[in-house]
Formats: sequence, C-alpha cells, structure tokens
Amino acid sequence: MSTQKLKEIIKQVLPDVEAVICWQEGFDKLNVTPIFITSPEQAEKVVWNPLCAQNLASYLPSQKKKVAVAVKGCDSRTIVQYMQEGLIDRNNVVIIGIPCKGIISKKKVQKAIGNEPVEDVSFTEGSVKVKTPSGEKTFAIADVCPSKCTSCQYPTPIVYDQLTADPIQSDKPAESVYADVAELEGKTLEERKAYFLSQFDKCIRCYACRNACPMCVCQDSCIAETRDPHWITQKLSLDEKLMFHMIHALHLAGRCVECGECERVCPMEIPVAKLKKKINKEMKELFDYIPGVNPEDKPPMYIFNVDEAKIKEHKL
Amino acid sequence: MADKGYLPKEKIKEFVEALGKDATVFAPCLEGDTIIFRQYTPDKEISLDRPANTPPKGAIYPQCETLLSFEFKKEADNPQKMDVELKVNTDFPKAVVFGGRPCDARGFTVIDRVFIDTDTADPYYKKRRENTTIVTKCCNGPVAGCFCVGVGGGPAVTEGSDVVMTEVDGGYYLEAVTDKGKAVMSLPMIQDGASYEAKAKAANEKATAAVRNPFPEGADKISAELFDSGDFWGNVIEKCLSCGACTFLCPTCYCFNITDEQAITTGDRIRSWDSCMFQHFTLETSGHNPRPAKHKRFRNRVGHKFYYYPEKYDGAIACTGCGRCIRYCPVSVDISEIVGYLRDPKADPKAWAAKKEDAKN
Ligand code: SF4
Ligand code: SF4
Ligand code: SF4
Ligand code: SF4
Ligand code: SF4
Repeated sequence: MSTQKLKEIIKQVLPDVEAVICWQEGFDKLNVTPIFITSPEQAEKVVWNPLCAQNLASYLPSQKKKVAVAVKGCDSRTIVQYMQEGLIDRNNVVIIGIPCKGIISKKKVQKAIGNEPVEDVSFTEGSVKVKTPSGEKTFAIADVCPSKCTSCQYPTPIVYDQLTADPIQSDKPAESVYADVAELEGKTLEERKAYFLSQFDKCIRCYACRNACPMCVCQDSCIAETRDPHWITQKLSLDEKLMFHMIHALHLAGRCVECGECERVCPMEIPVAKLKKKINKEMKELFDYIPGVNPEDKPPMYIFNVDEAKIKEHKL
Repeated sequence: MADKGYLPKEKIKEFVEALGKDATVFAPCLEGDTIIFRQYTPDKEISLDRPANTPPKGAIYPQCETLLSFEFKKEADNPQKMDVELKVNTDFPKAVVFGGRPCDARGFTVIDRVFIDTDTADPYYKKRRENTTIVTKCCNGPVAGCFCVGVGGGPAVTEGSDVVMTEVDGGYYLEAVTDKGKAVMSLPMIQDGASYEAKAKAANEKATAAVRNPFPEGADKISAELFDSGDFWGNVIEKCLSCGACTFLCPTCYCFNITDEQAITTGDRIRSWDSCMFQHFTLETSGHNPRPAKHKRFRNRVGHKFYYYPEKYDGAIACTGCGRCIRYCPVSVDISEIVGYLRDPKADPKAWAAKKEDAKN
C-alpha cells in the first residue's frame, strides 16, 4: 500500500503547514485514530490501510491555521462541499489524496469474529486477516466493507494537491449508489415507518452522529440541544428521537456528502445515513444535483430560482 | 437458603420470567446487532454473548425522569391568586437488573456514594436502588477496550451485585453475594451448585488473566502538576468530537440537568443525563463558560473519574474499566492511554517528558 509515499508527502508538506491530519494505529490492531502531526518524527507513525475509516476532512472548518489533511476519494467530497459552501479557505488546506480500494467496517469484522479481542490484523490485496485468541480468520474486504464502498463512484479524490498513488477509476455502476434506497422505497409506507421507528428507538441521543457529520455546521448550537430556549423537550420518547433525526436529515438536504460517518460512529448501530441518502436521491431527481462533486456548484438550497426546471409550482 | 446454585442454559428464560413475577426485569436484549438493556417482555431475545452496547445504568438512574409534576390553579374564592399543586411519585416497583457485567454492577456503587451515602440522599435513586436486585453475568473474557482489572475490578468481581453467575458446563454457576441475592437462589429452577464451584473459579481466573491492565504499577494518584499542564490536554484530545457517546455509555457518569417543561398551566420538572463533553455543560446564565474548549471538558471527564472523585471518596476511582467509551468513541480516544500519561510521573519527571512527547501524537 502507499503508506511509504504518504509519509514522504507528509514530511514534504510539513514545513508549510501547522499540522498534517492523518491516521495512526489506535488502541488495538483493529482501530486507527486521528493524529495531528507537527514534527517529521511523528510522520513515521502514520498508517494507511483499510482501517482508515474516519473522515478527517471533518476537522477542517475548525482549524484556524493552514493544515494538510489526508483524504480518501469519498472524504474529498466533504472538501468540495466545504468549498461550495464557503466553509474553508482552499488556500489554507493542502490536500493529500489517497486513491482507495475500499475500507473495512469495524462493526462487521467484530461481528464476524464473535467480538473476541483482536491480537493482530494484516492485509493482502483485497483481503484482511484477523487474529484472535481462538485463531485466524480471513475476510475479503468486499465482504466486510461499509455499504458506501460497494457503490463507490469516486475512489480517487476529486480535489487534491498530492496523490499517494496512481488514480483509480470506479468499476461500480452509477445506479448502484441508491440501490438500498430504492429497495426501501419498494416497501409500503407502514413498513417503512415501522422500520425507521424500530431503528430510532435504539437512539440514546448521544449526538455522535451529529458531531461526526462533516456537514453538521451548527454543532454546539444545534436546536436539538440548546438550553435557552429548550426548543426540543429533553424527554426521551421515540417521538423526540425521531424529531432529532428529522432535523439532522432535513438540514443535510442537498448537502450530505454520503461519507457515512453518522452511521459508522453510532454506538447503537442505527443506519442513520439511510434517511439522508433518500433525501439526496430526491435532490438529485429534482435539482440534478449531487453534493460534493464539483467545487463550482452551488447547493440548491443556497440559491433561489423563480422557475425551477423540475418544480412546476405555477401549474399547480 | 443456599448461596450456591446452578442454572442450565435452557432455563434462562424461565429464570428471568420467574424474576419478573413481582418485579420489572431489565435485561440485555438483542435488537438487530445491538444489545440494549430493555424492560424484559417474553417477545424479547436476551443476549449474554457480549457486554451490551449500553450499561444497565438507566434501570436505576433513568436517562430522563420526572421529578415532579406541577399545575398552576386559580384559587376558587380569590381568582387573582394562583396556587401551584405539586405531584411527586417515588413509588417505584421492584426491579431486577439481569445480565449486566461486573463493571456495570460496580458502576452503581460509584453512583451510590454520591446519591445515597450523603446527608441529602436522592430519594429517586435511593428508592430504585433499594428496590432493585442485581444479577450479574461474569465475563468469559474481555472484549475490545476492557480494562476492569486496572481500576480495581475484574471479570468476576462481586462488588455491587446481589448474585453473580459464571458460565460453566452448559449453564451458569450462581453465587449469592447479599441477602437479596439469597432470595433469588430459592427459585425452583436453581439446582444445587456446589459441585460447579471449582470450575467456575478456574473460569473466572482465566478470564481475569486475559484482561489487559494499563496501570500495572497500580492505581496511583494523578499528579496535580501534570493534570494542570495546559497544552497536554490540547495535544491528546485534539481529535475529540465533543459528542456524548463516551458519557452516555458510561456506567458511572451521573451528571444531570434539570429542566422545567411547561405547557400553559401544567408541566414537569425533569431530570435528564447531561454530558461534560457538551459545550453547554458549564455554560453559565451570564453567558460565561468556564470550559469553552473541548480539551477543558475532556480534562474534566478524566479529572472527575481519576482525580476529583478519588480525592473525595477515599481513593475510589469513578471508572470501572468497562471499555465502552473506548470501543464506541468515533475517533478511538482511549481514556486508559491518557490516564497512563498522567499517572506515576512524579517518580521520574524525565519519563513524563518522554510520555508527553508521545502524547502529542
Ligand atoms: S449516534 Fe446513534 S445513538 Fe447517538 S444520537 Fe446518533 S443515532 Fe442516536
Ligand atoms: S449526514 Fe452522514 S453521510 Fe451525510 S455528510 Fe453527514 S455524516 Fe456524512
Ligand atoms: S472522547 Fe470520543 S466519544 Fe467522547 S466526546 Fe470525544 S469523540 Fe465523543
Ligand atoms: S470511563 Fe469509560 S471505561 Fe471507565 S467506566 Fe466509563 S465508559 Fe467505562
Ligand atoms: S470490563 Fe470487560 S471483562 Fe471486565 S467486567 Fe467489564 S465487560 Fe467484563
């Protein structure tokens, strides 16, 4: 893999930036954790492998100085969206792009190994070998990847200053992106309602999904949590949980870059990204807009056209 | 009443239903891939395969509870005057927390010191706690993040439990720890357990040996000097997202917020869990916030568990090493690693300097 090249690039860009945001090994072999590199020695600690799931671009709007950041193809959409929405100054960011062949969902691996503690993890092209006290198991990455990788359209970052390897093209059909949403749409309203209610019933309102979301810009001022006034009751009913998720989903309409962070981080394993993907599909059909792919675009909710090509309000 | 028993695996459901005869049972239930403590009903599937995603804390200390209900009423003969009528309910049913882990049960003892063992006990917590029997499942071994043995616990520690059960020979060896626990042992499906005791002991020793101990030099006090060192926190916690996952999943976090939620003339005073990781946690009415930055809030979380609490309660640590905050943190923040940097440094300041260098990473 291109870890070596990544280290070289980091050392090369470090003098120009305050920090380089990358990944390093985490508390066990199945986890990586973000690292803010400020010295060349620290660059030796970085890793790039299919465990590098965290979308590091999320840290950009809160950085006060010039930084460099390592991004996968999907993560780069976050940066493009930030550019569209004026949330970062592109001149203050050095983008280290990593062409990516798919990452691993830690939850899927943990389930497959019966939640045993992990002693070692190693990679060969397209597969991962996990060692636990009861032996070794090998999985194809395609079998333990998050759903976004199965339909990835942008394996190579859309914007970058440096690339760690040769660009790769997507071999996944464009129609596959919303296959899961289409499947859900095939269900009756009652079935869909039951599905979402049973999922959101597990929510503990920890807001990890919101805080990990690169496009949730309100963060500490989120109306789900303000205290004066308390816009939303602090009671823990299913209605209130649903309310919070509706707020999150609607505020992401035409902005969700489909990074899947909300879903990855949910400690209750709720498929939080589904609602947002459904809304994205609608936005695509209505406005012909895909978030985070073209820095020159404007998100449809940021502009007003008297006549929208696909909305016929005058003929109602 | 015997204080040792044996329960074959196939009788678990029967056992839980018997516990539920005159009590509400909270048990780890499987929903999709998630294991959550829920009020048990026969349609639910209990899972003891791994520690639940959530601790059972909410069974005794609910995430949100109504402390009192109020209603403003006009006085009949003087309609200009409003009276307020209050209703308080602390009439909680008997309850059982079934299938928590030793770290979960110890979590209640951390909260007990604050909510019960004081001159002004919290009537809600106290009543629920007294009414609850805790039947704990000892761990066969650790899962990712566990470090109970480093903070005075262990996969078979009985503190906080009324009964502990250890997996042996296609069933569970049960041992009563308290009188409340002994009452459980008289249920008809519990068989004689004396012959399983040795095996259970061996299994528990094996499990204990398998848990990592991040503080092998002992649970020393944290150095005040280092704890106060400014940029240490900024460096170690730059990656934190300020969410509530670590605190809401913690069996020992007990901070709360109180809100009056009123609609016209009626309302409730509710208490809900708060999280020191939220920006609003210490926001004062004046608008001033003593902990505006996330690293200050994280410092509070570590400080509370490993420094202020032990200082106040005879060295007791307010973390039971359940590992949830580590395994579910979106960015894999490891509290044991951070406490490791803060521990034991006085003996050799140079070692600390080296660790600090590391901490920046
Ligand atoms: S991360 Fe999961 S549990 Fe937490 S608020 Fe979001 S959906 Fe709810
Ligand atoms: S809503 Fe979820 S998938 Fe969409 S941008 Fe936010 S974290 Fe990513
Ligand atoms: S330490 Fe992890 S779980 Fe806790 S607030 Fe920070 S990001 Fe969230
Ligand atoms: S601080 Fe973390 S490891 Fe300790 S009891 Fe709380 S959740 Fe568990
Ligand atoms: S920390 Fe882990 S091994 Fe220890 S008691 Fe808790 S769940 Fe079991």
